[in-house]
Amino acid sequence: MSLLTGLGAGGAVTAAPTRRPPSRAYWWLLLPGLVYLALFFVVPVGALLGTSLYVPVPGGDVGQYQPAFAVGNYADALAQFWPQLVRSFVFAFLATVVTLVVGYPVAYAIAVRARGRPVLQGLLLVLVVAPFFTSFILRTIAWRQILADDGFVVASLQWLHLLPEGARLTATPFAVVCGLAYNFLPFMILPIYASLERLDPRLVEAGADLYASPMTTFRTVTFPLSLPGVVGGTLLVFIPASGDYVNSSLLGNNTNTAMIGQVVDARFFRLLDYPTAASLSVVLMLAILLLVAAYVRRAGTEELL
Amino acid sequence: MPRPLPPGTDPVVAALVAHGRRAARARRAASAGLSRRQFLLGAAGTAGTAALLAACGTGGGTPGAGGTSGGGGGAGDALRWANWTLYLDQDDAGGYPTLQAFTEQSGIEVEYSEDVDDNDTFYGKVQGQLANGQDIGYDLVTLTDWMAARWIRMGYAQTLDREAMPNTANILPGLADVDFDPGRTHSLTWQSGFGGLAWDTEKVPGGMATVSDLWNPEYRGRIEVLSEMRDTIGLIMAEQGVDIAGPDWGDAEFGAALEVLREQIANGQIRQVRGNSYAQDLVSGDAVAVIGWSGDVTALNFENDGRFGFAIPESGGTLWSDNLLVPTPSSRVEDAQTLIDHYYDPVVAAQVAAYVNYITPVQGAQEAMADVDPSLVEEQLIFPDEATLSQVKVFRTLTPEEEERYNRDFLDVIGA
Repeated sequence: MSLLTGLGAGGAVTAAPTRRPPSRAYWWLLLPGLVYLALFFVVPVGALLGTSLYVPVPGGDVGQYQPAFAVGNYADALAQFWPQLVRSFVFAFLATVVTLVVGYPVAYAIAVRARGRPVLQGLLLVLVVAPFFTSFILRTIAWRQILADDGFVVASLQWLHLLPEGARLTATPFAVVCGLAYNFLPFMILPIYASLERLDPRLVEAGADLYASPMTTFRTVTFPLSLPGVVGGTLLVFIPASGDYVNSSLLGNNTNTAMIGQVVDARFFRLLDYPTAASLSVVLMLAILLLVAAYVRRAGTEELL
Repeated sequence: MPRPLPPGTDPVVAALVAHGRRAARARRAASAGLSRRQFLLGAAGTAGTAALLAACGTGGGTPGAGGTSGGGGGAGDALRWANWTLYLDQDDAGGYPTLQAFTEQSGIEVEYSEDVDDNDTFYGKVQGQLANGQDIGYDLVTLTDWMAARWIRMGYAQTLDREAMPNTANILPGLADVDFDPGRTHSLTWQSGFGGLAWDTEKVPGGMATVSDLWNPEYRGRIEVLSEMRDTIGLIMAEQGVDIAGPDWGDAEFGAALEVLREQIANGQIRQVRGNSYAQDLVSGDAVAVIGWSGDVTALNFENDGRFGFAIPESGGTLWSDNLLVPTPSSRVEDAQTLIDHYYDPVVAAQVAAYVNYITPVQGAQEAMADVDPSLVEEQLIFPDEATLSQVKVFRTLTPEEEERYNRDFLDVIGA
């Protein structure tokens, strides 16, 4: 009850005495959500934590484990797979930067430049989400063909001497980061668009009236007002990208592109090593939580969100 | 058939690719003919990816087989069979002629599904129920040797009554007795295939004769090998003079072969270690030579005007088989046996082989093929003769401890 009251009051302690006690309807309205979370979040995470501590059955067959409290599973998993874990975050970070650099101008063009032309705006937004109409795995496989050694991209780059003879694009870290950026780009554009769409043009005019250059106006007015979208977009790109395994397995190689999702998948399905897969998943979850918490704190955007 | 995908992609990609191929095939209903060859001829020139993209809008769902024959009980009474994609003869309407004939003869309805994408993934899905003795949703499953070995070892496969399946006496002598199932009391072969060398004849005009030919510096970064450990390591071990079928090799021999793989990955010779998708890379040109599977290359050649060569290395190739098993919880073992017996009829086996292009395990199918498709009677990849068979070996069954350790070491080397 106290939790609900706290939430309802929004932290405004002074308002509390005059408030009506929350009605029971709150509970009933919350119930479906709570049941859903209990079933599909709390239980699986509990099972995951449990599994991460299992040990193999002595003398058992492949994939047979028994409950235990083997905290060492975490140390073993981290000792072996920390490079893949670090690489996942580096790739996800690079992809986030690329999507921001590519996505911000697109969102700006749709939200600000195309303002007042709803048909054009609608069309552009549809184009942004159009890739979602086909499966993301098929699109990634398509990239393998587009970037293939005999494809026109490689041939053109070599003709322009941007790519040395004999170099390649697929099966490289470059391809994996590009794949991540491509696949998650709409998640960056849409939140920034939503922020910029609410931008009051009079504020920009005011900036100009006060003799600020367009660059300064952008830096001090437009960009800060779009920060909630930028923060939202970076989170929406970074979090799924760090756990992604499709891009790294389709566009990567076997030496320097394996990401943590690939490792978890291989442990789970190929080795039936459930404890290691589970402990790596827990580590990934905690690492993302910590990184995101630090980021949101640093961005100082609790109020913005 | 062993069609694993690269470690990392298995279930979803396989499902999509399977779905895409199925939908693409359905779309091409206009092209006449029953066999996969003819279907593929009709589809020639269509880039694989384009077909997949085009196909992905169509609805999913497993086509029910035998549904055309009247009578019988409801779907709940059907015998449920899980098989791999493109592994049973199919007509333009999406029906399975040999399965429909079976239903007409026996009155047994069959719910056929292409639900086995990958041995490991399939096992991961049903293992929990099997361990608890609960129904897994299938009465008949098709699994590769080593996975079948695991099921039999763990008591997940029912004993079959060979007396009730007189046609199974037609099984090829080489398959009649295997180390994981002495006397074939729990499993029967569905189809077999070879692991060997495949190359693009335009880029490697001289072809490939040995595994070492793959390590020619001229092809640096354009070589791919299978993520199926037994085929890749098996071929390398065979080249190192190991009898991969025999009991005499162990950690030292496995380690030596793994070292070759490690070196060739580290020095950039091997571009990627891949599952079935090496086929796309051969077509796109990213790979010029690979360790691959015979049936795939046959299929690719019909899409690409015979651009690819396939050979069993001089030092020997691998022979793998997929096996039919009845899961322990199933109550339909008699019906499953009737179905297995049907597919061991040489005429039926020839019809299936003409479509799937893998090695049929049924003696007499070669003679029966003369009526089905005379051009295939001498096809070595369907009816290998003694000389061909003497070049290949079955990777010996590993102990659970070895299997776990070797898989782990293999995954470490391929970076997952």
